[in-house]
Amino acid sequence: MRLLKLVPDNTNIGFVRIRFVAFVITALLTVAAIALVATRGLNLGVDFVGGLMIEAQFPEAPPLDKVRGTIDGLGVGSSSLQQFGDPRTVSIRLPVEESADPGATNAIVGKVSTALKQQFPGIRFTRTDTVSGKVSGELIQNGVLAVVLAVLGIAIFSWLRYEWQFGVSTFVAIVHDVLMTLGFFALTQLEFDLNIVAAVLTIIGYSINDKMVIDDRIRENMRKFRQMDMKSLIDLSVNETLPRTVMTSVTVFLALGALLLFGGHVLRGFSAAMLLGVVVGTYSSIYVSSSLLISLGLEPQRFDRKPETDRPNAERVGPKT
Amino acid sequence: MLDFPRWKVLSIVIALSIGVLLSIPSFIPESTAARLGIGALPRINLGLDLSGGSHLMLEADTSDLARSNVERMEESVRAAMRRNDPPIAIGDISTTGGRLSFFVRDGAQLDAAVERVRTLTQPSGMSGQRDWDVQVVDSTRIVLTPTDAGLAQETDSAMQVAIEVVRKRIDEMGTREPNIVRQGAERILVQVPGLQDPAALKALIGRTAKLEFKLVDLTADPAAVAQGRAPVGSEVLPYPDGPGGVPMIAVKRRAMLSGDELVDAKLSYNQNNEPVVSITFNSEGGRKFARVTQENVGKPFAMILDGKVLSAPNINEPILGGQAQISGRFTTDTANQLAIALRSGKLPVALKVVEERTVGPELGADSIRAGTLASVIAVVAVVLFMLVSYGRFGVYANFAVILNVFVILGVMALLNGTLTLPGIAGFVLTIGTAVDANVLINERIREELRRGRTPTQAVEHGYKEASRTIFEANVTHAIAGGIMFVLGSAQVKGFAVVLLIGIATSVFTAVVFTRMLVSLWLRRARPATLHI
Repeated sequence: MRLLKLVPDNTNIGFVRIRFVAFVITALLTVAAIALVATRGLNLGVDFVGGLMIEAQFPEAPPLDKVRGTIDGLGVGSSSLQQFGDPRTVSIRLPVEESADPGATNAIVGKVSTALKQQFPGIRFTRTDTVSGKVSGELIQNGVLAVVLAVLGIAIFSWLRYEWQFGVSTFVAIVHDVLMTLGFFALTQLEFDLNIVAAVLTIIGYSINDKMVIDDRIRENMRKFRQMDMKSLIDLSVNETLPRTVMTSVTVFLALGALLLFGGHVLRGFSAAMLLGVVVGTYSSIYVSSSLLISLGLEPQRFDRKPETDRPNAERVGPKT
Repeated sequence: MLDFPRWKVLSIVIALSIGVLLSIPSFIPESTAARLGIGALPRINLGLDLSGGSHLMLEADTSDLARSNVERMEESVRAAMRRNDPPIAIGDISTTGGRLSFFVRDGAQLDAAVERVRTLTQPSGMSGQRDWDVQVVDSTRIVLTPTDAGLAQETDSAMQVAIEVVRKRIDEMGTREPNIVRQGAERILVQVPGLQDPAALKALIGRTAKLEFKLVDLTADPAAVAQGRAPVGSEVLPYPDGPGGVPMIAVKRRAMLSGDELVDAKLSYNQNNEPVVSITFNSEGGRKFARVTQENVGKPFAMILDGKVLSAPNINEPILGGQAQISGRFTTDTANQLAIALRSGKLPVALKVVEERTVGPELGADSIRAGTLASVIAVVAVVLFMLVSYGRFGVYANFAVILNVFVILGVMALLNGTLTLPGIAGFVLTIGTAVDANVLINERIREELRRGRTPTQAVEHGYKEASRTIFEANVTHAIAGGIMFVLGSAQVKGFAVVLLIGIATSVFTAVVFTRMLVSLWLRRARPATLHI
């Protein structure tokens, strides 16, 4: 049986050569992402803005105007509707007065469900979420804090573990990944809820995983080829690890694809974010973090650690000192 | 390093077997497990988003607590000053701004008054701080301010009682396996599986259930009452059936009896067959009730729940048996809820719902189905892909992935973890990333072979070089997971737990376990070339 090789042996793509083009594209995309978030904004779910969300499953795809008309006629505030991948499932969002006691929310849910049941017999209510303004504020705060800490923590780890250039390049690359993901959500207006925060953190984790593998190889090659110039060295390292990069991206893609297609509508936003994150993370490993190392002036000649040959039989799994 | 002594092989096999065995109870339905006598074995719980149910976050209204704290202090101070050794005359008591301040009429008694007030305060917490700060202002006034430590202690003890009350009320509703935990200083998380409509639950736990009996003030001027003004010593309370169509009534401030003196409350019906709540007082409450009703025959007696008058019937005759009926436009359901609330005691602090999430059982079942399907498809796709890419080494990696699936479940069961929908997502993602370690190793072996190493050398180098990379990559990955776990909300935590467990177990299965398989094979077959 001949085995599948997605990347042929001794592939040698000149990644570094086109790095300036890549930088420009990256910069443009990043600016576009920021602009999108700033202008269109994120479609924040009730987790983050507070309010009431009722998810309803209709017997058949309903005309959204009619649903909106039915709810707006109740005088419970203006509703915003959204369909989840499956057109029969509609999420209805309503604002909730800050001072509202639990009875008031119940009354709104009751009114909406009675009215909809009359208009659309056979409707089922599958999920209701109510989040008060105070809790949603805390959730935003914790979400932002988590992302910031994750980015900083990882950058500090790679700075302590390696040279500072690795810390900086990793930091820039992860910030890029996060911004691109946010830009994607601003563009598509998919609902941004708590699950997406988990997705962003996972993207950070995945992306850093990818960068560690390449960074590790760069360091290894810096020890091996002390006279090689940095550009060729990075090209060599990226090419050497390319089969792994592609293989892993494909397996993760397969898993996430299964989740996107078969995992149900609740996880759809999460899976979409993750799929995008895999692409963005892989791209930034090659074009943002690795190429940035050159601009930051990392040179193998300055690299003063002991060459590997000093300890031929040492199995180095744990951290070195 | 490819040398695997028998004890090492044995311990790896045992460790993995334990992991797999631990996962088995979670696959058996709970009822079957109980019949087989293994119901007590650790198993994975399903989160509310999978099992369906309600998640309520309750927050204590601490301003309310602070107010009643000051009011209690006022009572204690009055009592202390009245004490006859000798009594100290005080006046102009105010409780505004969360502080208690009063005027000591005789300046000579000021020191004695301060002394008496001080004995009412208590040390609070470990800091040695007292729960009230006592100050003298203008050498005539004493001002008591609750300290932060005192308030925190007050909140803490109120929350402990509140949790118990909430638990009793939910148990009385007959809901199964509620999960009630304290969250932070002022919150209680209530999770009730399998509940479709949380309205009844909220009605029950959102009520303080403070029951009081007060005499109606018959001297009050109805016009003044309508404007909310009451004579000295009385107060105006809302009363839907108030006299003369005014939805308010004036009652004496002093409560003759309270719900604390109840021993039982249950739903029953009066002679008109209307639902009422029958209450039974304890012996002291019964005596008090008898005395009050004897002394006030013919006068209306108000029954007040959470500051609202339910009804104010006339006392027709003295009630001596220690039993009474509370009427007030109840339906069977509301009377029953009130009975439960009264039986379980009053909440020491008002709770309000700040977050509520309800998932219907159908959606939960759909999510389980979809999640399982996605997991199976992900495993099959990844397994096939690894097989066509790496042949024999792919088979080893696949063994590792499949074992990993079971070990993750086993570890989760052991930790009594909860599987949520985001957890399933984490699971599927872990399947994708778990093979990354094997990809790294196998690609490295390919490279080493290309450099002309012998199969054994190539495998040895491949594992050695890749192990370092795998370690570093997973540490950073775990940092992200750890942060998610610490800072995440319930859903995100569910995801982070699976991710973290997956990182730990996958390193073991993908590195240690496959290395064992590969080296056992190398030792036996001694291949001249590697097909990878």
